[in-house]
Amino acid sequence: MNKIVTTGNKGKGIRSDCFVTLEIDDSFNQEPQIEISSKVMVMYGKALKELCSEILAFYNIKKAKLILEDSGALPFVIAARLEAAIKMISDTEKNYLFPMLETNDYQTAKERRRFSRLYLPGNSPSLMINAGIHSPDGIILDLEDAVAPSKKHEARFLVRNALRNVDFYGAERMVRINQMPLGLEDLEYIIPNNVNLILLPKCESAAQIQLLDENIEKIKAKYNINRPIWLMPIIESALGVINAYEIAKASPFVTSLAIGLEDYTADLGAKRTQEGTESFYARCAVVNAAKAAGIQAIDSVFSDVSDMEALKENVLRSKALGFDGMGCIHPRQIKVIHENYAPDAAEIEKAMKIVNAFMEATEKGLGVVALGSKMIDPPVVKRAERTIEIAINTGKLIKNWRESYEKQ
Amino acid sequence: MKNNKILELTENALGRKVPTIANGQKQIPYMGVGKYKPTGFKHAPRIYSCADYPADGNKLVKDLKEALIRCGIKDGMTISTHHHFRNGDLLAVQIFDIAHELGIKDLVWFPSASFPCQEVMTKYLEDGTINRIEGSMNGALGKFCSEGKMQGIGVLRSHGGRYQAVQDGEVKIDIAVIAAPTADAFGNATGDRGPAACGLLGFALADSQYADRVIVVTDNLVPFPCIPWQIHGNYVDFTVVTDKIGIPEKIVSGTTEITKSPDRLLLAEMTAQFCIEAGIVKDGFSFQAGAGGTALSIGIYFSEYLRQNKIKARYVRGGSNKYLVQMLEEGLTDYILDGQTFDLDGVRSMRENINHINTSPFTSYNYHGKGNFSSMTDVVILGATEVDLNFNANVVSHSDGYVLHGIGGWQNCLFSKCTILPVPLFRDRIPVIVDQVTSLCGPGELIDVIVTERGIAINPKRLDLIDALKHSSLPIKTIEQLKDEAEKICGKPEKPEFGEEIVALIKWVDGTVIDAARRVLK
Repeated sequence: MNKIVTTGNKGKGIRSDCFVTLEIDDSFNQEPQIEISSKVMVMYGKALKELCSEILAFYNIKKAKLILEDSGALPFVIAARLEAAIKMISDTEKNYLFPMLETNDYQTAKERRRFSRLYLPGNSPSLMINAGIHSPDGIILDLEDAVAPSKKHEARFLVRNALRNVDFYGAERMVRINQMPLGLEDLEYIIPNNVNLILLPKCESAAQIQLLDENIEKIKAKYNINRPIWLMPIIESALGVINAYEIAKASPFVTSLAIGLEDYTADLGAKRTQEGTESFYARCAVVNAAKAAGIQAIDSVFSDVSDMEALKENVLRSKALGFDGMGCIHPRQIKVIHENYAPDAAEIEKAMKIVNAFMEATEKGLGVVALGSKMIDPPVVKRAERTIEIAINTGKLIKNWRESYEKQ
Repeated sequence: MKNNKILELTENALGRKVPTIANGQKQIPYMGVGKYKPTGFKHAPRIYSCADYPADGNKLVKDLKEALIRCGIKDGMTISTHHHFRNGDLLAVQIFDIAHELGIKDLVWFPSASFPCQEVMTKYLEDGTINRIEGSMNGALGKFCSEGKMQGIGVLRSHGGRYQAVQDGEVKIDIAVIAAPTADAFGNATGDRGPAACGLLGFALADSQYADRVIVVTDNLVPFPCIPWQIHGNYVDFTVVTDKIGIPEKIVSGTTEITKSPDRLLLAEMTAQFCIEAGIVKDGFSFQAGAGGTALSIGIYFSEYLRQNKIKARYVRGGSNKYLVQMLEEGLTDYILDGQTFDLDGVRSMRENINHINTSPFTSYNYHGKGNFSSMTDVVILGATEVDLNFNANVVSHSDGYVLHGIGGWQNCLFSKCTILPVPLFRDRIPVIVDQVTSLCGPGELIDVIVTERGIAINPKRLDLIDALKHSSLPIKTIEQLKDEAEKICGKPEKPEFGEEIVALIKWVDGTVIDAARRVLK
């Protein structure tokens, strides 16, 4: 028997990745033959060899020839590429895993801030490694549109290892799985590895969410996982818009509804424009459905990564419609998105007044909060508190603002 | 052939093993910052008299070959060139083509810097036309040198160190060939105008003053006088007119462009934030950013802050590029003190704006000046390939042992009031913070802050900076923490193996040997 498989990437412009060619042949020697070329050969030649030997031995691969063409890949990438190759030629249930980083053991709250979520192509390690340093609210390891059909298999291993071994510095760790039903195959790779939130693309019905939910619960039970895994369905079709409220209510784990305008406008047969008149109804409908269900509404990405002014206008329009955040495709967009979804000066001023009145009333033991002659309801206070919290987190307000506020 | 690269070594003040004699010249080991102060008199060029030169001022000869022959080109001479065209230089290779054609051997090439366009010189290093390079060795030239193939031992010097070496007589230039975008027949020359305008000719200044023979080559001959005269014709022996002297568009190379990488922009932004919080960025301050996309991007963030706070810098030092020019034109700085011109906006500004001032390695960097500008500058932002736990840094070689870059003005700039190196914690898989640098180019006592995307380390000697940043929201860490973090992500790197042979000396700004590069074993 002879079989050759390849995984990974190589060539000009490829960094932090590697290309694996694995060949098995009955005529080969018992001991696998390993050939390595690497731009970091001097510093890591020995480590590369050891890692490859260890993984081949772990899977009991014999009579094989492995060629590793390395462009400075980190160990978690090499392990993912090699495991993906091995699983193309050998039937095995075993997973080769490095220990999960301790710093990756966190869960996220349902109502956490989701201004920005940075898309990372699921088969491009170079973009994953430094994603967290740009402080997005969330990162999305994308197994769907950003991964070519022929690369879906290997991307799953890379995404799995990234969830375990890349520090995203507190960002919510999201994965966009493939559309149903293919997306169900992705779950086994991500659920045991502390994914915080799953994005379901092209979601059109509550039934899809329920099916996804059932499958997630099965895997959670299998691995004895108790923490919640949130869901963010992406509405990107006319039918999805119609069913948005049902989708939002389909599971208690649905934390937000996102809208995807590229596919939606295609579905309409309309051209996507900067002003977005063609998607105005859909955006309003999604916001309304989300808010009716008591969850967040998340806007589509803005694709011109060089135009920060237009992005800012886009964010302000989005915020004005009631969206709570949006996707981004370039780290430089994060700052603009955060600054402009965050409350503006007038909003902060109003929130300070309300929170201050509330705190004064509490300090005086009053049950009722009033601002001038107006009574303030608890939800208004809660909202104002949230505005203050966001203002502090985005550096628009100092933490102990009340000290100087009272003196005014 | 006897191996001329196995040398007697001694340990210098930083504990690096360096040769006591190289290329037949006595070498002084590095003694510490400001410790070595030679006495006596500067090297003086030979006396010439105007009676020997044409009274009508016309020094034109037929071509470069004739000029070189009339300069008496012969075996073993030192020939200097300059990098004001950066990667658009067309002259340096022609000189050695001619030398090769004339069968001349064992030349010393003394460029102020080398660029990829000169990589073909390896053939003249191979056939013995050139014995060695004293100057920067980039890319293929660095590889050639690192593998021990160069006949002589390379010598790496800073821009200031180049001036010092000429003044000390450590390098005696026999023939300087100066590429001039505009010149007159007398030899007055300028770089700020002409079809191939490239900006400043400051790197050629020492050569024009001290070389035995000077040739000016231009493709834009103007009637006397060529104004301004960055180079004085009174130093010039021959002038040559050629079709095309350089490609000005190519002065913009990778290291002189603002980065588009979000990771590097983040580094620049963090660096600017650090300077602001440290109280460095205030009305009347001064800064310099070295070549390298990250360092150059600092200007964007400084500008934003200056604009918002309605203050301005007194001067910025270039490497001028369009971003510094924007600052000058917007009134965010009073002056640009330009050491070299990084793009065509810089060239235009130098020509048109009286507040865009020409400087030279003499005014900016020279160790034998009575002071120089670099120690007066408030903050300088530079790059590095490696930094060690004592803040010593490397700028010439990579972690695999290859010498691939020149020093430029880097060493000279370390003398500023605050030296900051924004560097990624690791490049691909290669940690930048290491326990020991492959080549030690700058002593840690002069390096104040290392900014990485995963944390900022302040030199423990800078208690003032540590104090100023103690309540900062920036991720202030120790350099040991940064090294551990890099190794946790990348794994601990192994060191390259070296042969015994010394392939290049790394000089400190005072002419002493701060480190020596050894032959890389493949």
